Amino acid sequence: MEATNRRTALYEQQKSAGARCINFGGWEMPVQFTSIMDEHHAVRTACGVFDISHMGEVFVLGPQALDWLQGMLAGDLSKCPADGAQYTFLLNERGGVIDDLIVYRIADDNFLLLVNAAKIAEDVAWLQRHVIDGVTIDNRSDTMSALAVQGPDAPRIFREVFQCEMPVRNTFVAMEKCRGAVIAAGTGYTGEIGFELFFSNALAGDVWGAVLQAGAKPCGLGARDTLRLEMCYPLNGSDLSPGRTPLEAGLGMFVALDKREFMGRDALLAQKAAGLTSKLVGLRMTEKSPPPRAHYPVLVDGQVVGETTSGVLSPSLNEGIAMAYLPLELAKPGQIVQIDIRGRWFAAVVAKKPFYRPSSPRPA
Amino acid sequence: MNVPQDLKYAETHEWIRVEGDTGVVGITDHAQNELTDIVYVDPPKLGATVTAGQAAAVVESVKAASDIYSPVDGEVIELNDSLSSQPALVNTSPYDSGWLYKVRLTNPLQLEALKSPDDYRAQIG
Repeated sequence: MEATNRRTALYEQQKSAGARCINFGGWEMPVQFTSIMDEHHAVRTACGVFDISHMGEVFVLGPQALDWLQGMLAGDLSKCPADGAQYTFLLNERGGVIDDLIVYRIADDNFLLLVNAAKIAEDVAWLQRHVIDGVTIDNRSDTMSALAVQGPDAPRIFREVFQCEMPVRNTFVAMEKCRGAVIAAGTGYTGEIGFELFFSNALAGDVWGAVLQAGAKPCGLGARDTLRLEMCYPLNGSDLSPGRTPLEAGLGMFVALDKREFMGRDALLAQKAAGLTSKLVGLRMTEKSPPPRAHYPVLVDGQVVGETTSGVLSPSLNEGIAMAYLPLELAKPGQIVQIDIRGRWFAAVVAKKPFYRPSSPRPA
Repeated sequence: MNVPQDLKYAETHEWIRVEGDTGVVGITDHAQNELTDIVYVDPPKLGATVTAGQAAAVVESVKAASDIYSPVDGEVIELNDSLSSQPALVNTSPYDSGWLYKVRLTNPLQLEALKSPDDYRAQIG
């Protein structure tokens, strides 16, 4: 039988809210409701809500969970307090990125890993392959839904929905007393303040309705992509891959080389000692051009030196932005490059990351 | 969706308005509505030869670049210069100020193969 795209528990509600859907990682997901531009600006100036139920919720449980995860993840969980969240990586032996994820430390024997939709099966298989006694991997992706509510108006919306204050950045609270068992976290993928909610599929309609009622605008994956790229947040499968390390991606601050042994650490130490040869940079178009997109060649002095991994017309800046791995000697802000768009070369410059700085004040 | 009576339509969502031996080409209201947020138009070259069913231009929305197929054979004789500074005219006025290019028809019989407004309306449902 032909494999069909999967749908989240909110598919019908989103269709009736005007969702236009595309295939994303095997899921039929809204790419936009009204327009990517409108939704992008709503998140930058007010508040938008994204169904992120396609993402994976993988629990790591048991008395050995903390110690084992310290050996499986690139970040240092000892720096992540209980009720804290940390952006981190699952790396292969070569230090390449299997997946980037957020780990939520619910308790020393209970961790939630929020992983990319297209990588759920691979991540779970990788974790299972290395699991030890005293650790259980519990993949609840099929029974859990998730929403991301993002934008300067998110704190007000949180208060209206939950009658309490929004968790501060990179922390979360379990909301058992309100709307059932919802985990509410001060995390996101847009650069704005906001929160993400994780809950059982049975609660999806109620939570979605409450967030919309409070004034969040339904947003699709199109705006999610423009928002994250303005912040230079990487997308796994585009900007990250098993052949690239977090050091090359410019994400070394999320890698704890000084903690104990962990998967991929030896390769990263060797790469650091030998010196990086390439690095992921931000590129900003400096002349009028079609929007840059992924897989466009990047040239210097007529020679191809790399290709774009992501690219878009930035709705906030109204100019083309992209990311690309470039040889280290070219990976410096101010370096002039050309991007080959359908056979024509357009000038761009290596820019400082991020492209955009949100104006909404961040909680401490 | 608006499907004007005085135009011919291609299955790939382009329209053509014929005036003597020239035609004005654009994309339909349905097409612009599907694409939304048009941010760049890459027109054909002035003087270029376009071929029915072959890509003649590229229209870019925020999300994707889409080929625009010429509904007829011909020579490109005029471009809509407004689109370089106001590509969103394709969204706001797909049949009027958002036209893409004018073509001198070299094979007018091809017009017979294009869809009537009723047939195109039936296609897009």
